[in-house]
Amino acid sequence: MSVIINILIVITITVGVVFTAVTTIGILRFPDVYTRAHAASKSATLGVMSILLGVFIHFWYNEGHFSIQLLLGIVFLFITSPIGGHLMSRAAYMAGVKPTDLTVGDDLAEVVKKAKRENSTLKPEDQ
Amino acid sequence: MRTNDVILQTTTKVVFFIIFLFAIHIFFAGHYTPGGGFVGGLLTTGALVLLLLAFDLKTVQRALPFNFVIVIGIGLLLALGTAAGSIFFNVPFFTHAFDDFTLPLFGETSLHTAMLFDAGVYLVVVGSAMTIIQSIGGDA
Repeated sequence: MSVIINILIVITITVGVVFTAVTTIGILRFPDVYTRAHAASKSATLGVMSILLGVFIHFWYNEGHFSIQLLLGIVFLFITSPIGGHLMSRAAYMAGVKPTDLTVGDDLAEVVKKAKRENSTLKPEDQ
Repeated sequence: MRTNDVILQTTTKVVFFIIFLFAIHIFFAGHYTPGGGFVGGLLTTGALVLLLLAFDLKTVQRALPFNFVIVIGIGLLLALGTAAGSIFFNVPFFTHAFDDFTLPLFGETSLHTAMLFDAGVYLVVVGSAMTIIQSIGGDA
């Protein structure tokens, strides 16, 4: 039992570290901000959650300490990290960052343009 | 262009309570584990700042109708009162006292007057950080 649980700890932490490394490579190699946000928000979340899960199992089984903070941290990361990616990508899009040339379609462009035209009577700082 | 913040606002409504609960936990855990009034206060301020980011200044002011300058005052009075209370028992200034009590819901609990001082620190930190942020963010 002890061997199985220790192998489980090693696997979860290794998966976490590998996913975090993949995130770094993705951020370095991907062409534009949206693909980078895709890499960063997905695989870093899973990587860090996996590391935290490994640490949680280690402290629970080997040290006899049930850490509710780690579970709360996993839930918190799972909620907030994709929202961070969403907000940064949206801010980049609204600021006019162009996607890479490989992009096939941009359905949001017409909607944003139309909304900007309809609201052009607003004050400049609202636009 | 008016943007719609429905994702941010919905998440904030959930996440605010997680952060606030954790802040309270950090505050009460301060005596035996890392934590205390200062970090607890800063975390609470962080939760309130998240509300300020997701909603606007007036909405948060209406939801939490505190004047944070008065919160600083209450915190300072609490800290000073805890410190000054000791001189009525013929012991030096700032001497704390503690005892074990059996409370109806919590069972055997050790209560310490340092907790009241920590509550003062907590209120001062929340009050001053929120005062700084609200006065920088506001128009007036």
